Parts: sequence; structure tokens; C-alpha cells
Amino acid sequence: MRSRKFFAIFLLVSLLVAGVGSYYASSHPDGLEYVAGKTGFGDSAKDSATSDSPFADYGVKGVDNARLSGGLAGVVGCAVVLVLAGGLFLVVRRRGDGEAGAGIGAGDEA
Amino acid sequence: MHVPDGFLDAPTSIATGVVAVAGVAVALRGARKELDDRTAPLAGLVATFVFAAQMINFPVAGGTSGHLLGGVLAAVLAGPFTAVLCLSVVLLVQALLMADGGVTALGTNITLMGIVGVVAGWLVFRGLLSVLPRRTSMVAPAAAVAALVSVPTAALAFAALFVIGGTAPVDSGKVLVAMVGWHVVIGIGEAVITALVVGSVVASRPDLVHGARHLLAARELEIRKAVA
Repeated sequence: MRSRKFFAIFLLVSLLVAGVGSYYASSHPDGLEYVAGKTGFGDSAKDSATSDSPFADYGVKGVDNARLSGGLAGVVGCAVVLVLAGGLFLVVRRRGDGEAGAGIGAGDEA
Repeated sequence: MHVPDGFLDAPTSIATGVVAVAGVAVALRGARKELDDRTAPLAGLVATFVFAAQMINFPVAGGTSGHLLGGVLAAVLAGPFTAVLCLSVVLLVQALLMADGGVTALGTNITLMGIVGVVAGWLVFRGLLSVLPRRTSMVAPAAAVAALVSVPTAALAFAALFVIGGTAPVDSGKVLVAMVGWHVVIGIGEAVITALVVGSVVASRPDLVHGARHLLAARELEIRKAVA
């Protein structure tokens, strides 16, 4: 598979998971929350300093439709992570020498 | 497993902050060897996928849920140093934008999910690959087992931090047993998702998979030998 197509599919899957799939996530407490509640330290949690963020708790402030609100927050989060991580990795990477790909890069032409 | 503000006291949070900064600094140096023009784009997409997948809590027994941590998934696809950076970016965005995981607990979360989860999982993965047949079909199963181990290991590390710096006066032995126990169950979900994603990428573009590339090189050499 060509790199461009492969990367496009990878991104599309992520956007679908965050933008659409996330609506169907379980609302049960996660492992840590559950254990904290059961063993009695759940109340020691404090509200995050960012709890008034427009995207707090994976929703968009002011958007009432739960499906839309969560989906938008997911897509925005994906975009921010992609820009930050992608930018970081482009800066950190070794440029031009391509020796890691020598001989086994044939997949690009497939 | 996102730790909120308040669970751990200030000295512990500062200490894990120092560990996180040191870990990210080491990862920045190491990631340079893992990333080139071909693999850097995949690494950015892996971070994006981990963020997306962490939004989906899957139900486990008894009214609990879990979600992918993604440390082993990222390490096998993009390399262990790059994985530390992937998880760190994801956790940073979650803490600052989504209010998921405390801001003062960011160092703790990077230490647990970004460093402990990745390092423990990577060691298991490499250990398994060294004893399994040298075939790319072994990569996904090895990643699955490593993923399964990485989740309770991170949970164990949280319990250890709780013993040192938990703010609430509760029985830390009970916390340890419950944390590890539940996260073994959550680790099964981690293993399934990791195997599916790693398996799909190995099937379509094995040359881009950090944890499979050395097996491809070996395969090519064998083919050349046979032809000669």
C-alpha cells in the first residue's frame, strides 16, 4: 500500500474513533476511579485547574447535542495532538540520510 | 488511569514531575534514532490514534470500565522512545484541553502511562521476540502479551506512589491489590486492541513498524541467500 493512502486510512480511523465511536464509550468509572471509590480515597480528588476549558470532559461548551459535542471535542483533540506530535517528530527526525529505509522501502512502490 | 489532582501529595507530584521531565529528555534524544523521513509521519498519526482510542472506555466486569493506554501499541509501531513522546503529548493535551488527568498530576500520569507502561511493555515485547520464531507474524501476539503486562504494571506503580504520597488515610495494601487486579482485566482489552492495530499495520506496511523492521531485514537476507 502506498504511504499516502496508508497514512490517510490511519488518520481517518482515528477521526472516526474520536468523532463518532467515542459516543458509544462506557460511562462506568475507569479502573482507578472505581478503586478510589471502593477503597475510600475517591473524595481526595480535586477539580482540575482546566475544568472550565471549552473542551472539558470531552465536550464542547455551548453545544447541547451530546453526540455532536463529544464528536467535535474528539476531532479537535485529534487535530491538536496531530499538530503537536507530528510537528515534534518532524523536528526531531534524522533528515535525508534514509539509511533505515534502504532496501526495505519497496512497499512505497507496491 | 488518569490520576486527578489531589490523590497524591505535593512532594510526590513534584518528584514524578522531575521523573517525567527526565524521561521526556531521554526520549527526545533516543527518538532521533527511531524517526526519519519515512517513519516520522506514522509516529504523529500513532499519537493521534492513541488520543482517539483513549476516548473509548470499554466496560469490564462489575460496573468498571477501562480504555487503551497505548504505550505498547505506540512503542511497537514507532519505537519506545517515540512512544514516550506520543503518550506525553496525548496526556498534555488531555490535561490542558479536556481536563482529563490533573494538571499537577501531569508528571505522575506521564511517569505511569508514558514511562512505566512503555518501558515495561517494551521489555516484555523484546524478550518475547527473542525467544519466538523470527517471523513478522509473531509481532502482533508478542505486542498483545506485552500490552497485557503493561497495564497492571502501571497500576502497580500508581499503588507504589500511593503508599509514598497518598493524601487519604486508607489501607494501601487494599489499594495495591484492587489496582493490580482490576487492571489485569483492563489489560485484556489493551491486548486485544493492540493486537488488532499492530496486526493490521504489520499486514499492510511491515516496513514502517519499528518492532518488525529487523525481522524484515532478516527475511530479505534469507531470500538473497536462496537466490544466490
